[in-house]
Amino acid sequence: MIEFGYSIQSNRQIDFDRNTRQVYKYIRRKEPSIDWCMSCGTCASGCTAGYASDFSLRRMILLARRGEEKEIRDGIFRCRLCGKCLNACPRGVNTRNIIYWMQQAVKNTQTL
Amino acid sequence: MKSIAVIGGGVAGMEAAAKLSKMGFSVTLIEKTNQLGGKLNKWHALFPSRRPADEVLNGLKTRVQLGINILLNTEVEHIENDDDGFAIALNQNRMITAHAILLATGFDIFDAGKKEEYGHGIYDNVITSVELEKAFRSGAVKTLQGKTPKKIAFIHCVGSRDEKAGNPHCSKVCCVTGVKQAIELKEMIPDSEIYMFYLDLRMFGRHFEELYKEAQVKHHIQFIRGRLSEAFENQDHTVMIKIEDTLIARPLKMNVDLLVLLVGMQPSGSINKIIHDLELEKEKDGFLKQADKHLAPHKTNIPGVFVIGAASGPKTIEETVNEAGAVTFEIADYLQNKIATKILKNENSFI
Ligand SMILES: Cc1cc2nc3c(=O)[nH]c(=O)nc-3n(C[C@H](O)[C@H](O)[C@H](O)COP(=O)(O)OP(=O)(O)OC[C@H]3O[C@@H](n4cnc5c(N)ncnc54)[C@H](O)[C@@H]3O)c2cc1C
Ligand code: SF4
Ligand code: SF4
Ligand code: SF4
Repeated sequence: MIEFGYSIQSNRQIDFDRNTRQVYKYIRRKEPSIDWCMSCGTCASGCTAGYASDFSLRRMILLARRGEEKEIRDGIFRCRLCGKCLNACPRGVNTRNIIYWMQQAVKNTQTL
Repeated sequence: MKSIAVIGGGVAGMEAAAKLSKMGFSVTLIEKTNQLGGKLNKWHALFPSRRPADEVLNGLKTRVQLGINILLNTEVEHIENDDDGFAIALNQNRMITAHAILLATGFDIFDAGKKEEYGHGIYDNVITSVELEKAFRSGAVKTLQGKTPKKIAFIHCVGSRDEKAGNPHCSKVCCVTGVKQAIELKEMIPDSEIYMFYLDLRMFGRHFEELYKEAQVKHHIQFIRGRLSEAFENQDHTVMIKIEDTLIARPLKMNVDLLVLLVGMQPSGSINKIIHDLELEKEKDGFLKQADKHLAPHKTNIPGVFVIGAASGPKTIEETVNEAGAVTFEIADYLQNKIATKILKNENSFI
C-alpha cells in the first residue's frame, strides 16, 4: 500500500457543548476567588515558572473555565509555588490556593 | 421674548426644553413620533443601578409640562437661516420662527439584519439587545418555540467598531448594557448558562466595573474574548456559533438556545435634510461635529445652532442630561450677545 502520509490531527477546537468544566467547579468550591480572575496576566508576567517555560496561570485558569482539562494536567505541575503571583494579582485572587486545588483536582480525577 | 426650537423629544430634548422654558424663553419642542421620551420608551431597566426606565421617563415628563409648545408627529421640512434667526417649515404647512435651534435628534439603532452572517431575521432565535429589553418589559424571555432558553450567548460590538458595517466607532453603552442584561437574564432563569463574547470590555462609567465583577462572581457569567464570524441554525432551532477564544488562541464552538446581538448606536438618518439646510458639519463617524470638543462641545459650526445628546456621538442618559443643563447657559449667552451686538450696530448707525 502506498503511504500518502495522511493522518487524523487531533482537534484543537474547544467544544463547549461537550466540556463539563468539572475541574473549574471543583476549584470554585474550594477557592471561590477563582471567579474574580479577569485574565489580565499580571500573575504570568512575573512568574518564575513562566520565565523558562510557556506556563501561565492566566491561561491555566482560562483553560479550566473552558473545560480544557487535558492541557491543565500537562501544565499545572510546572508551577514552582513561589507565590509571586499572589502579590501581583490586582483582584486579590488567591492564586496559590488555586494552583494547589488545581493540582489536587488533576491528581484525584481519573477521568481527566 | 426670545424663542428656541428644540428638535427631538428624547431625553436630551425634554430636559433642555424644560430648563430653557424655566429660564423664561419661549420653547417649541418638535418630535417626529407620537410620543416624547425617545429610546427611553424602549428600555426596561437602566444600567448600572437597574432603575426602571419608566421612572426616569416620568420624571422628565413632569418637567416638560409647563409652558412648552410641544409638537408631536412633527417633522422639519425646511429651515432658512438669516440674520434675525431661523424660519422653520414643518409638515402640514406649519411654520415657526426661532432665534436659536437646539438639535437633540439622538441616534439610530444599528439594523442587525445588515450583518446577515449573524442570522438576525433569518434564524429563529437570534435577537437584538433592543428586542431583549422589550421581552424584559413583557416579563418573559422565551425562544421562538416557546421554550425557556438555558444557554445564552451575547455578541458585543454588533454594528460598532466595524468599518464594513459603516460604523468605525465604539457605541460605548452596549458593553455595560450587555452585562446588565446578562445579570437580569440569570436572575430570571437561574439555571441558565450565559456567555459574553467581547472584544474589549469598556466599563467606563461609575459602578460599571463593579457590575462586571458582580456578573462574574455572583452570577458565574463567562466572558470570552473573540468576535463571531458567522452563526448557523441547527435543525432544532438552536444556534451554533464558532469563535476564536483569543486569550487561549484556539477556536471554540458551542450551541446556544438564544443568541443576543448587542447592537450599537449610529448617526440618525432623519436629520440629513436639516444638516443640508443649515450647512452643518459631521465628523467621520457621521455624528454631528461639535465646534470645539473641549471648549464649546454644545455648539455646532453654525452660530445659533446647538447640539446635545446622542446626536453628537454615543452618550449615556446621565451625560445627556448634563449636556441639557449646560447648553441652556450657552444658548442664553448666545442670545444675549446677539442682542448686545445688535444694539451696538444700531447705535453706530445713528452716529
Ligand atoms: C440597547 C441600549 C440600551 C441603553 N440603555 C441605557 C441605560 O440603561 N442607561 C443609559 O444611561 N443609557 C442607555 N442607553 C443610551 C440612551 O438610550 C441614550 O443616552 C439616550 O437615548 C440619548 O437620548 P437622546 O435624546 O440624545 O436621543 P434619543 O433617545 O434617540 O431621542 C431622540 C429623539 O429625537 C427624535 N427625532 C430624531 N430625529 C428627528 C427629527 N428630524 N425631527 C423630529 N424629531 C426627531 C426621535 O424620534 C427621538 O424621540 C442605551 C442605548 C442602547 C442602544
Ligand atoms: S506560584 Fe507558580 S504561578 Fe505563581 S508566580 Fe510562582 S511559579 Fe508562577
Ligand atoms: S493576576 Fe489575577 S486577575 Fe490577573 S490573570 Fe492572574 S489571577 Fe487573573
Ligand atoms: S461599548 Fe462594548 S460592545 Fe459597544 S461597541 Fe464599544 S466595545 Fe463594543
